[in-house]
Amino acid sequence: MSVDNYTQLGAAQIASSVRAGETSPANMIRASFKRAADIGAGPDELNIILHADEKASVEEAEQMQERIQSATDIGVLAGVPVAIKDNIASLGLPTTCASKILRGYVSPFQATAVARLRASGAMIVAKTNMDEFAMGSSTENSAYGPTRNPLDVRCVPGGSSGGSAAAVAAGITPIALGSETGGSVRQPAAFCGVVGVKPTYGRVSRYGLVAFASSLDQIGVLGRTVDDAALGLESIAGFDKMDSTTSDADVPIYRLAALGKPAPEARSPDTEAIRIGRSPVPLPPPPGPATLDGVVIGKPKEYFPESLDPDIRQMCERALDRFRSMGATVRDISLPRSPLAIPVYYILAPAEASSNLARFDGVRYGLRVDPGKGLKAMYEATRSEGFGPEVTRRILLGTYVLSAGYYDAYYKKAQAVRTLIADDFRAVFTSGVHAIFTPTTPTTAFPIGAISDPYEMYLNDIFTVTANLAGVPAISVPIGRVRRLPVGGQIITAHFDEYAMFRVAYALEAGLGAEAHQ
Amino acid sequence: MPVTREDVLHIAELARLGIDAARADELTKELSAILSHMEVLSQVDTATVPTTAGVGAGGTPLRPDVGVPPLMSGTLASFAPKMRDGFFMVPRLATHEDSSESGP
Repeated sequence: MSVDNYTQLGAAQIASSVRAGETSPANMIRASFKRAADIGAGPDELNIILHADEKASVEEAEQMQERIQSATDIGVLAGVPVAIKDNIASLGLPTTCASKILRGYVSPFQATAVARLRASGAMIVAKTNMDEFAMGSSTENSAYGPTRNPLDVRCVPGGSSGGSAAAVAAGITPIALGSETGGSVRQPAAFCGVVGVKPTYGRVSRYGLVAFASSLDQIGVLGRTVDDAALGLESIAGFDKMDSTTSDADVPIYRLAALGKPAPEARSPDTEAIRIGRSPVPLPPPPGPATLDGVVIGKPKEYFPESLDPDIRQMCERALDRFRSMGATVRDISLPRSPLAIPVYYILAPAEASSNLARFDGVRYGLRVDPGKGLKAMYEATRSEGFGPEVTRRILLGTYVLSAGYYDAYYKKAQAVRTLIADDFRAVFTSGVHAIFTPTTPTTAFPIGAISDPYEMYLNDIFTVTANLAGVPAISVPIGRVRRLPVGGQIITAHFDEYAMFRVAYALEAGLGAEAHQ
Repeated sequence: MPVTREDVLHIAELARLGIDAARADELTKELSAILSHMEVLSQVDTATVPTTAGVGAGGTPLRPDVGVPPLMSGTLASFAPKMRDGFFMVPRLATHEDSSESGP
């Protein structure tokens, strides 16, 4: 296999070639670093990558080669380069959350998701830029400067996982890890023309993910294709004793969803072999447009308002037509409390953040600024110097809504409305709807610097934030281009039904074919 | 309910964030504008609706109540701003002029 077409290779193709001895993990690492250099992923150009160490990555690749030669425990992602958002702890490279307060901080432990990727044979090549502490929708809030969208460098890549989405879009890695609190994987995936999946809350361990809003945070996967996202999620999902909120529910083999069939009742020895990567050849891609016979797709009216960009609406209607042509039924539905989601989210998430970010005080790790006037002055100087404007704004907002006199009016009220939003999803999924389809974002990628009003920026999350509040899984898949910029379509399913979500996503990707990027 | 400048200074102190006068004025406007969008929630009847603090489905699996050592690959000193004899060093609680060499 030639590395010349590295940027076109999916994770399954790379792993298959590496296992067959057609290429080596070190070749894949070099191809990844060459692509990053060619496209200008460094701080002076696209500013996608915050930290990378080619020598260390090549050493990791050589260890992977030894694993392959000893033919023991070869993972499903053997030899696949991956990028990691900079708020997910990894050994060897810094974890700064794109904040000055953690500049240079190297975590002494690694996230479970990173450990599982490595166990699956993946190799870490870079930590990617992001909005500081994942607070933002454009990656402009990074203390290390904004990331530029590889498809149009005048535009943002979305956020907060903008660096990870840009790394995949630029062909640096086929898979990257991001994190979500209100849409931070799906929104940049839509802006960059790649696939982004947020699993069910509890599906993936948060151990080693720097906490923003703990009741909403989930690690997600960005991929070049649905298959890349499925492989990535399958590798990191499942119970973890280090995170008590993870579920011990079985993790299906998501790649089987490519065959367009409902989830298998039980695992056969063959499917188990595919899951742990011992299959000699990974599951092939679907043979053509898959069937969605019997599948009911819900189209919620609240996500298709009259004010929706007509071109984005048209792309969504084309996707819905593809669903129909594959045998699905499209049903008009309502999620009546979804319009309340942004106010709810921007009370709950800052409230949780104000508590979680209290740990950054200059005592145990990270920046310390000590003016020599006692402990309180050190706290204030450290946090004021270390946090950027958006993080400061959200900490104050969260402190305000939790303070005496406002707790009931804001925080408790938002928690109750969250219940209603989740109830809406439960009602839809118990009424015979298998999946919900919406636009991922109300607009395409916007120019850097175009949005200065904080609340206007928050509205970027208007179609994504409900899945975080309800805890359900959701995926963004490219469905076309408007004025040459990508548009994402969002598929949402019931709790822990990522299999159905992938089934619909695989079918949509196959049904649209090249039109997904036109 | 608009946020006042005094509110901003109060919550900044609670959050241990030093805010200068000019920034306090900006934040007063910004937080008031953001919170004005939250007022819509007051119109929702939630008198009989339970609150949702988390969305974990199927309960939370428990592990044996046994402490496990942290999986640390480095020492505390490799990332702590200031240490002595295995303890994190902090300035004195008092607000008087402090020496950086003062002990715990």
